[in-house]
Amino acid sequence: MTSVKWLTSSTARYLAGRVLQAVIVLWAVYTVTFGILYLLPSDPVELQLAAANVQVDELSPAELAAAKQQYGLDQPLATQYFDQLGGLLRGDFGQSISLHRPVGELLAERLPSTLALGATAIGLALVLGGTLAYLAAYVRVAWLKTVLNRLPAVGVSLPPFFVGLLLIQVFAFELGWFPATGTQGASSLVLPAITMAVPTAAMLAQVLTRSLDDQLAEPYVATAAARGLSRQYVQARHALRNALLPTLTLLGLLLGATVTEAVVAETVFSRPGVGQMAQQAVLAQDVPLVQAIVVLAAAVFVVINLLIDLVYPLFDPRITHTPRVS
Amino acid sequence: MSAILEIQGLSVAYRPHRHRPPVPAVRDISLSIGRGETVAVVGESGSGKSTLAAAVLGLLPGTGAVTGGSITVAGKPVTGASERALRDLRGRVVALIPQDPTVTLNPTRRIGPQVAESVRRRQPEVPKRSVDAEVLAALSAAGLENPELRARQYPHELSGGLRQRVLIAAGLAGEPELLIADEPTSALDVTVQKRILDHLDRLVAGRGIALLLITHDLGVAADRADRVVVMRSGEVVESGPAATVLGSPQHEYTKELLRAAPGFSVTVREAGERTPEPILQLERLTKDYALPGGGNFRALDEVTLQVPKGQTLGLVGESGSGKTTALRSALGLITPTAGRIRFDGQDITDLGWRQLRPLRRRFQLVHQNPFAALDPRFSVEQTIGEPLVSFRVGDRTTRRRRVHELLDAVGLPRDFAGRRPAELSGGQRQRVAIARALSLEPDLLLLDEPVSALDVRVQEQILNLLTTLQNDLGLSYLFVSHDLAVVAGLAHRVAVLRGGRLVEEGPTAEVFSNPQSEYTQELLSAIAGRSPREHAGTTS
Repeated sequence: MTSVKWLTSSTARYLAGRVLQAVIVLWAVYTVTFGILYLLPSDPVELQLAAANVQVDELSPAELAAAKQQYGLDQPLATQYFDQLGGLLRGDFGQSISLHRPVGELLAERLPSTLALGATAIGLALVLGGTLAYLAAYVRVAWLKTVLNRLPAVGVSLPPFFVGLLLIQVFAFELGWFPATGTQGASSLVLPAITMAVPTAAMLAQVLTRSLDDQLAEPYVATAAARGLSRQYVQARHALRNALLPTLTLLGLLLGATVTEAVVAETVFSRPGVGQMAQQAVLAQDVPLVQAIVVLAAAVFVVINLLIDLVYPLFDPRITHTPRVS
Repeated sequence: MSAILEIQGLSVAYRPHRHRPPVPAVRDISLSIGRGETVAVVGESGSGKSTLAAAVLGLLPGTGAVTGGSITVAGKPVTGASERALRDLRGRVVALIPQDPTVTLNPTRRIGPQVAESVRRRQPEVPKRSVDAEVLAALSAAGLENPELRARQYPHELSGGLRQRVLIAAGLAGEPELLIADEPTSALDVTVQKRILDHLDRLVAGRGIALLLITHDLGVAADRADRVVVMRSGEVVESGPAATVLGSPQHEYTKELLRAAPGFSVTVREAGERTPEPILQLERLTKDYALPGGGNFRALDEVTLQVPKGQTLGLVGESGSGKTTALRSALGLITPTAGRIRFDGQDITDLGWRQLRPLRRRFQLVHQNPFAALDPRFSVEQTIGEPLVSFRVGDRTTRRRRVHELLDAVGLPRDFAGRRPAELSGGQRQRVAIARALSLEPDLLLLDEPVSALDVRVQEQILNLLTTLQNDLGLSYLFVSHDLAVVAGLAHRVAVLRGGRLVEEGPTAEVFSNPQSEYTQELLSAIAGRSPREHAGTTS
C-alpha cells in the first residue's frame, strides 16, 4: 500500500533528522566545553603543568616549549580543536593529566559501577514516585490526601548530600544494615541509590499527582464512571495513561541528569564511579578528563531524550512523527 | 410502579468553600418518567439541568451534594445509596450520553475497548468470548458503518458526529432502562444533529427505553419529547405535554424562550428593492492547501461573494465548508491561491501587512467565542480602547469619552469600564467585543459565529443589537454561521457554502421560500422546531 510506504519513509526521515540534531547538540557541547576550559580564564599550559605538580616559574623557556609540545599546546588553537574532535570521533579521549592514563580506559573502568547505581536509583524513583502519586490521587480521606500531596515537596527540598549523610549515620553507623562506603555487593548500592532517588521520585510524584488530578476531572472520566466502572478501574485504565504524558517529558530530563546526580552520591559514599572521578578531575584541573565526562553526560542526556521522544507515540496515539493526511 | 425515574422534591447544592454557605443549584424538583417515555428538560446555562442529570447518576462533581428530596431509579434509591449500589445501577439501569463528544472519550484508548466496558457490565449474561461481537453489534446499531475498523481506531481519528455515535453505542451497550442524553448534539453541525437525534429516537422507541433529554434548544425538545420540563435557576417553571407547553406556554419565561428560539419564529429579513454597491467583493476566490505526501486540498473553489454596502451577507456552512477560509481571506490573514479580493473598489489581494494596515481600520472582526477573545487581564476600558491606542487616535480624555460612547452604543452601563472579563456574562463579553470592533468606526464588520456560544435569549439580544447598530451607523456585515435560522433575521442576502463551493446565493427571503440546491433544503429542514412530532395521547 502506498500510504504505508509513505509512512515508513517519513518515519525514517524523522529519525535521521533527530539523530542529526543529537549529533549537533553533542558537537555544540564539546565546542562550548573546549572554549571554556582552554580559552578562559588562565593559561592552559600553566593549568596543565600545575595539575602535573610543576611550577611554571621553575621552567626555562626551552623546557616550557617542550612541555607545550608534550601536551600538543604548541599547535594553533584551531588545530588543537580539530585534533581533539577527530580523536573523540575515533573514540580516543586523550590522556588524563592527573592520572597519566588514557581517558577512555578510565571511563570504561568506572562506568559499570555508575550505571548500576544510576539504574537502581531510577528504578527506585519510578516505584516510589509512581506509587506516591497514584495513592495521593486515589485516597479520599482528606488529611491523608493532604499529607501525600505535601510529601514530595519535602523530598525536593532536602539536599542530596544531607540525605546521604543522614542515611549513613542511621543505617550504616547506628544500625549497621548497609555498608557506608565501597562497591562490595548489592547491599552497597542501597544507600547511594536511595540518596539519588529521593529528589527524582519527589519531582516525579509532584508532576504525576497534579497530572492525575487534572485527568480525573476530565469529562471522559465522568463518562467512564457513568458506565458503572469502579474508581480503581477508571484511574488505572483511563486516567493513568493520559496522566503519564506530561510526566514522560519530565522523566527524560530527570534521567538525563543521572550522571550529574552521581557526582554527589558517589562522593558522599566514596564509590569509585564516573561521578566521583568527575569531582576529582575538576579539583585536579584535569582538562581532558573533565571534558570527556562533560561530553559523556551530555550524550546520556541527548540519547535518553531521543528515546523518550521516540516512545511518546506509544503512549499517545495522537502524536505521530509523521504528518497525517486526514 | 410504572415510573422508571422518580424524583421527589430534589435539592442539590454546591459548597465551593468550607466557610461559605452552600450555593443551591437545584431546588425542590419533582419529575417522573415512565417506561418508553421521552421527557425533555429545557433550560439555559446555569439552570441546573446538567446538575440534575449528574444527580440521577449519583455522580455529582466535587463539592456538590443532595440537600433534600429523593431520586429513585427502577425502584432503587439513588440518594443515600452506597457507591457499590450506585455502580450496579450505572450503565445497566441508567446510562449517559454526554454533552461534548470531543472530550468525553478517552483519547488514548481505542474505541472498541471503551464500548466493551459497557458490554462487559452485562456479564455473565454476555459471556467473555462474545464481548467483541457485541461491541461490533452495538457500533452498527448506533449507525456506524464499518464497525470493525471503528473499533480499532482512536477517538481523534473520528469526526464529532461519529464520536457521538460511539458514545450512543457505549450508552446503549449496557442495555439500560433509562437513558440520560445531556445536550447530545449541541456540539455538532445541524444536519449531523438531525441525523443523530433521528437515530436516537428510533433506538429508544424500538427498545422501549425511557429517555431524559437535556437541552437548551426548545426546537429539539419540541421535535423529540413527549413531555417538556422548563427549568430556570434551579427551579421548574413549567412542565407538561410538549404540545401544551410549547403551544400555549403559561409562564412568562417559557414565552420568552420561545420568542428567542430561532427555529420557531424564523423572521426573514427583506433585501429591499435594489442591492447597493458592494463594499467587499471576493472574486473567484480559490485556496489550496498542500497535503503532506503531495496533492492539494481545495478549501475554497472559485467562490464569488459580495457584501452590499450597509447590508448583511449571511455566509452559511458546516464545518469544513470553507466559511472560515473565506473570512480569513477577507481579513488578509490568508493569501488566496487564485482570485481577487476588493474592499470598497480597491484590490487588496496582494497588499502587504504594512500597506493593508491603514485599511484595517475600516474592517474589523468579531470572534466566535467571547470567552476567549478578551484578554482576561485587560479592563473593559482597556479592551475597547486598545484599537485607538494602536492606531494612535486621540489622547486619554478623548479615548475615555469614546469608550463611554461605545458602551452606550452596545447597551452596557458606563461603570462597566473598570470591570474585567471574568466579571462579565457571555452576552456582556460579546457586547464588549463588538464595542471594540466599532471603536475605529469601521465600515464593515466580519462576524464569525458571533452568537453560537451564547444562550438563545442572549443570542436574540445580540442579534437585535447588531440590527440596531447597522441601522444607526450604516454598517455592513459579513455574518458567518453554521445555522441558517440565526442568519435569517439579520441577513439581506444569504450564501451557502459546502465543501469549498458556493451552492446557493440570493436574497434571504428567496433562499428560505424557494431553496434551489438540495443541500440548502436539507439545512432548512434540519432547523429544529420546524417539524414538531405528533403528540398523540400523551399524558403527564
